[in-house]
Amino acid sequence: MANVTMRVWRGDASGGDFESYTLEQNEGEVVLDVIHRIQATDAPDLACRWNCKAGKCGSCSAEINGKPSLMCMTRVDELPEGPITVTPMRTFPIIRDLVTDVSFNFAMAAKVPALLPPPMPEGGYRMFQEDVARGQEFRKCIECFLCQDVCHVIRDHEDNKAHYAGPRFFIRYAELEMHPLDTNDRRDLIREEMGLGYCNITKCCTEVCPEHIKITDNAIIPLKERVVDAHYDPIAWLGRKIRRREKKSATDAAVQPAP
Amino acid sequence: MATVESSTKVVLGGRRGGPDVTTLRQDRWWVQPVVTVSVLTAFIIYSTWAAFQNKNYYVGATAHRDLISPFYSPCLANSCLPGSSHGFILHGWNLSPALLILLFPLGFRMTCYYYRRSYYRAFWWSPPACAVADAHKTYSGETRFPLIMQNLHRYFFYAGLAFNVMLTYDAFRALRQPGLGWGVTIGTLVLFANATLLWMYSISCHACRHLFGGHVKSFKKHPFRYWFWKVMTPLNAKHMNLAWASLLFVAFTDVYVRLVASGALTDYKLF
Amino acid sequence: MTSPYEHHDYDVLIIGAGGAGLRAAIEAKQRGLRVAIITKSLLGKAHTVMAEGGMAAAMGNVYEEDNWKVHFRDTMRGGKMLNNYRMAELHAKESPERVLELEQWGALFDRTKDGKILQRDFGGHRYARLAHVGDRTGLELIRTLQQKVVSMGTDVFMECKVLRLVHDESGAIAGCVAYWRPSGEFVTFAAKAVILATGGVGKSWKFTSNSWESTGDGHAMALWAGANLIDMECIQFHPTGMVWPLSVRGLLVTEGVRGDGGVLRNSEGQRFMFNYVADMFRAETAESEDEGDRWYDDHTAGRRPPELLPRDEVARAINAEVKAGRGSPHGGVFLDIASRRTPEFIRRRLPSMYHQFMELAGVDITRESMEIGPTCHYIMGGVKVDAETTATSVPGLFAAGEVAAGLHGANRLGGNSLSDLVVFGRRAGMGAADYIEGGAGPSGFDLAEVQLAVKDALAPFENEDGENPYDVQRDLQEMMQANVGIIRTGSEINFAIEALGEFAERVRNLSVKGGRAYNPGWNLATDLPSMITVSRCTALGAAQRKESRGGHTRDDFPKADAEYGKVNFAHSLANGAFDGAITTERSALLSMPAELAQLLEEGK
Repeated sequence: MANVTMRVWRGDASGGDFESYTLEQNEGEVVLDVIHRIQATDAPDLACRWNCKAGKCGSCSAEINGKPSLMCMTRVDELPEGPITVTPMRTFPIIRDLVTDVSFNFAMAAKVPALLPPPMPEGGYRMFQEDVARGQEFRKCIECFLCQDVCHVIRDHEDNKAHYAGPRFFIRYAELEMHPLDTNDRRDLIREEMGLGYCNITKCCTEVCPEHIKITDNAIIPLKERVVDAHYDPIAWLGRKIRRREKKSATDAAVQPAP
Repeated sequence: MATVESSTKVVLGGRRGGPDVTTLRQDRWWVQPVVTVSVLTAFIIYSTWAAFQNKNYYVGATAHRDLISPFYSPCLANSCLPGSSHGFILHGWNLSPALLILLFPLGFRMTCYYYRRSYYRAFWWSPPACAVADAHKTYSGETRFPLIMQNLHRYFFYAGLAFNVMLTYDAFRALRQPGLGWGVTIGTLVLFANATLLWMYSISCHACRHLFGGHVKSFKKHPFRYWFWKVMTPLNAKHMNLAWASLLFVAFTDVYVRLVASGALTDYKLF
Repeated sequence: MTSPYEHHDYDVLIIGAGGAGLRAAIEAKQRGLRVAIITKSLLGKAHTVMAEGGMAAAMGNVYEEDNWKVHFRDTMRGGKMLNNYRMAELHAKESPERVLELEQWGALFDRTKDGKILQRDFGGHRYARLAHVGDRTGLELIRTLQQKVVSMGTDVFMECKVLRLVHDESGAIAGCVAYWRPSGEFVTFAAKAVILATGGVGKSWKFTSNSWESTGDGHAMALWAGANLIDMECIQFHPTGMVWPLSVRGLLVTEGVRGDGGVLRNSEGQRFMFNYVADMFRAETAESEDEGDRWYDDHTAGRRPPELLPRDEVARAINAEVKAGRGSPHGGVFLDIASRRTPEFIRRRLPSMYHQFMELAGVDITRESMEIGPTCHYIMGGVKVDAETTATSVPGLFAAGEVAAGLHGANRLGGNSLSDLVVFGRRAGMGAADYIEGGAGPSGFDLAEVQLAVKDALAPFENEDGENPYDVQRDLQEMMQANVGIIRTGSEINFAIEALGEFAERVRNLSVKGGRAYNPGWNLATDLPSMITVSRCTALGAAQRKESRGGHTRDDFPKADAEYGKVNFAHSLANGAFDGAITTERSALLSMPAELAQLLEEGK
């Protein structure tokens, strides 16, 4: 078979540049295979994250020809002719080569108020497939953080990281808000601290999701509508006042689950 | 630089990897924004022109065809052509009747989640395409005025429903041809198709999906809402297609009525 | 004692952030202890995510006849009676509760019509027993536990590789020494108890479903620290791994494909599994295709099809078919669900398999057969532990999950690993907490051990013209695959034992390029000692066990031997060096109480 040329970003916080590697191309290979062969021969110190190599763990996120992708699920023979550019995720600070510091995401994860279910009845909870199906879509998330990477709110505006959770966490909040057992109300938190209003639904998160989760249509927009229910819809507000159906806010310590 | 306040401490402002360029994408990512800008601009120019025309929007009186352009229905102005109004007139309004009502469909589409995606990308370049740098230095999204008004989408949706009812009524009216009795012309079909597309665009709306089904926690306890939500969900996935189709068809309907009303075209009677 | 490096102090230190490690952390944290988790990767990337089919628990949601006794019996028979009976008993009894508690923490399992957790059929399980979420149950488990751990505010040290356990003067565990992968800086942890939850060893084989992390670090560190390893020769080759394209060879194809109706065919189109039913399973296996097909809808209308025999049986059969020349073009056999289920059913039940084949092999599994073959998947052997507390023979050292041995005997049933993680993960947390609350704890921290580990780790930087660690790893994988693979013979095993001596030499003579910060070449160099140690134990155990049983098949001793069925082979190491002399001894199995033994006789 023909040769394949990879232009890989090599560098760290002090700077970097592309380095080219030309290798023989093997049948059916993915980009990660080629990176591994570069590691095994020319550059054993070429840094890249990976684990399962099957699109299930979400470790090998990078930008291939400028598109946020999983290296293990991008077949070399499906890319256009010519050198393949591989760069680290742009949104997160670089550690080395293709490895970035994704701790922003773990910081956001730590802020999520947990599920607060009623006490478990004897024999377990009863939930129904139609009710768990919505959340199950979001729980397919492999935390590759490609949606966070592509989201221009933080990709192009570093300062927004201080008050914007990003698409990965919006699907997490959507999952909890739609969870049939949950009794928390996170709508204030989502609007005020998680920055849902910063999302301008340009849908890039949905475009890059390797799990094909409909992030925008099924999570972010329903969340926006829930926030509208709580804050921008006077009719709904009046309805709640009359029927006294205020839910407790998850930001209130009293509704946090015991450890 | 600021930090993210959390148990995992994150200092912002770290150096990023890759070259400092707008994008490394090699595909033709600019095609989509160019098409969006072209079509939407053409539509805006045409609809503005059509709205200020204040003539040729109603067929019934002149050619015994009860066709009305969607831009002019309901016709509420003083100047409405005889037969085109639905019985209620705003006496103080002397401008084109289209200007009275266009605000509502315009508002519905301006605040539509799909159109927002398109014009934020194509017109505002925020961002122009995925993984292509935002053209603006600062960004506050939809958190401030005026863009915070996007949250009013559901009210425009309700107004849109009223217009759908109106335009459906118009389509039925186009079955009755004064002096000729009941019948169907190409124009009738055009009006029905227009109303149908607008209904589908409204029903596939994200706010609609939320208000009529999606907002419940348990579908099991709300079987009717669940049924409705299941019907809406596949339509919602086609919201983009319906947005374009209904937009272009509204313009087409206006063109058709205009041509018939001006006498350039004869509305062919099918039966 | 003052550590010369960054130093942390905890009550309980958990090495590994897969299902077992996270579950242990939750338990220890709930007891009010100071808990830290150390993981080689990022949180949530552990190999647990690769588990697809489900977690076995006799909840009886689909078949009321199911209960812990049947599950116990299935586990013991699947393990060819080499199991620690007490672990199998605890596991069968406790797993339903462990599954239910996951729902309290946010897990969303697939449901039955009446709103209970749906359970699916799997090889070796008499009833539909696997709680599952499509074919991504492992992901659901890890995400649920991860989110629970995070919400409890547990400290997690990510991308931190533990090099060695550290003792106090009395020989009790006092902590460990590690390095940060991003910076290459060393770090020491003092702890009153350490729980190993490091997973498996599969990376020492060429065709494996395991990731780079599965280098047997916990197995090796336990042995170096003075604990015993048992059953190291029992390695599960999963019958269905992808065989093509070469770049994904070994990648797992879930057993759920067969549980949901998929069948195995050879190049002649024959369902060959009917020719490979061992006597032990004859009574409960269908005799004809018709009978097997009836079983899927109603387990009382027929007996289970032979495709759902335990994994070792199926893997051997596939191997035999390929050897007999009836294999597929790329050296596997065909797994066919396309002709048996509708495309909608396949896409709904097996979404990630559909995508995996579509995207990586260009095969549409709703229309075509998959080409599959055995792949190294799981090690039943590991650290010898006490069933109730998961304590090892070293004070303060506990082990749970794949790194611990006993529950699965000579062969693990599919679905038993996820429940293993939560049942014994919890017990490890309890065991460590009880140990600490009992007042036990280290009296010091042996810095000499730290210095030795650091010196060994840095040696490849000093060595200018040694070998590339990637070359050594590749040769090791090829050697182990060829000589200690799915079918073994005495001469090849002995060759492997010799060869491993040479590999140890090569590992002593590695060179790495570049700096310490995120250097995969160096990271691999620090993994290789563990790989050598566990491979040696596997080869030594394989040489001693002159019979075929479960995940250990000897060409020269094709039958099981009752005498060997009474013993484990236990390995120990005197001097703590990865290439030090290993002693392998027979150690008798626990004897089972009569009432449990009785259960095994039922329904034979």
